[in-house]
Amino acid sequence: MAYISAGVGCSHVPAIGVAMDAGKTGEPYWEPCFDGFEKSREWMKNEKPDVIFLVYNDHCTAFDASCIPTFALGCAPEFHPADEGWGPRPVPVVKNHQKMASHIAQSLILDEFDITIMNEMEVDHGLTVPLSVMYGEHGVDDEWPALVIPLAVNVVQFPPPTGNRCYNLGKAVRRAIDSYEEDLKVVIFGTGGMSHQLQYKRAGLINPEWDKSFLDRLTSDPVGLSQMPHVEYLREAGSEGVEMVMWHVMRGALNDNVEEVHRHYHVPASNTAVGHIILENR
Amino acid sequence: MGAKKDYDDIPGTFVFDADRGREGYQLNQFCISMRLQKNRDEFNAGEEAYLDRYHMTPAQRQAVLNRDWNGLLELGGNIYYTSKLAANDGINFQELAGIMTGMGNDAYREMMLAGGRAPEGNRYQHEWDEGEEN
Repeated sequence: MAYISAGVGCSHVPAIGVAMDAGKTGEPYWEPCFDGFEKSREWMKNEKPDVIFLVYNDHCTAFDASCIPTFALGCAPEFHPADEGWGPRPVPVVKNHQKMASHIAQSLILDEFDITIMNEMEVDHGLTVPLSVMYGEHGVDDEWPALVIPLAVNVVQFPPPTGNRCYNLGKAVRRAIDSYEEDLKVVIFGTGGMSHQLQYKRAGLINPEWDKSFLDRLTSDPVGLSQMPHVEYLREAGSEGVEMVMWHVMRGALNDNVEEVHRHYHVPASNTAVGHIILENR
Repeated sequence: MGAKKDYDDIPGTFVFDADRGREGYQLNQFCISMRLQKNRDEFNAGEEAYLDRYHMTPAQRQAVLNRDWNGLLELGGNIYYTSKLAANDGINFQELAGIMTGMGNDAYREMMLAGGRAPEGNRYQHEWDEGEEN
């Protein structure tokens, strides 16, 4: 049977992808950001997931304003890196475990999560940057070491789904994966954040205390954390910090008991606080 | 007007909600078209003619032509859309933030390197009104 072994929380700042693609990771500005992922890459080599269930948001790339699904599950055979306005990232095409994705789609809907099914979709930095930081540099002609099932969550037009809804969706994803008959190890990623505001006169807001508390509570108080109202994210973690709701999907899919095996926090990457955590099921 | 929103008192911030999405729809659809090279080429060859394809308000259209980045947000634009127009102009997210905050690129970059804008004094509009500092 398929099972989830661990969860990864990870920022997906576009400038991190640009730094990797341009070979700038050793520069003084970027070195402390990437140092914190050395251990993560070792961990990925040992963990060797067959499939990554990757929760992320599209940044007005695959979805324009004409159609805004709250939860959209990638069911296409593969997903090409999109041109976001400065050319597609030079990274491998993302391959799906299409049969498992179909199973999850069906299971989620019967479990009363009315997701949107995406049979064609390009993916932006929200999905490819977490793969890059966790697996290191991979060129266009390489393959990612795991298959990837993308779940795109709307966090661009307010309101995104509540933390509670995301947490419970994680539980439903867990039930779907647990009921899939093939023997597969799955790691679930929740991406985005941490504190950041990209827009208007308050741009540049960073709240390390809030971020640290969020990371702590993923282990100590995940249910309480999932009850946080949107206005607190907006006020304390910046208008774009609200994308942290996606981490609750990851947390909800794990056991109640988890062990934090790695954490990394660094300010800044461009406008953003980079946060990263690895939680193993116990 | 609809109900009062609990996020309206956050200073220097637009929350891109359904009301803003409605007001900014044509503007944002124009901005996202800048994602593709073919469209960037056509826009850069003649901005006015290209903008005729989108039914923006005259104020939105003028804000595009003027690259009034804060004005675009005030008129219903969202940063993930307007950043596509900025990218067409060779402006990245951090440079755009330097412009929108009025700080300029160097001062903004320095602030971020020093840990960013602290939440203290930046949570509520009254804190900005009283201090007149941001």
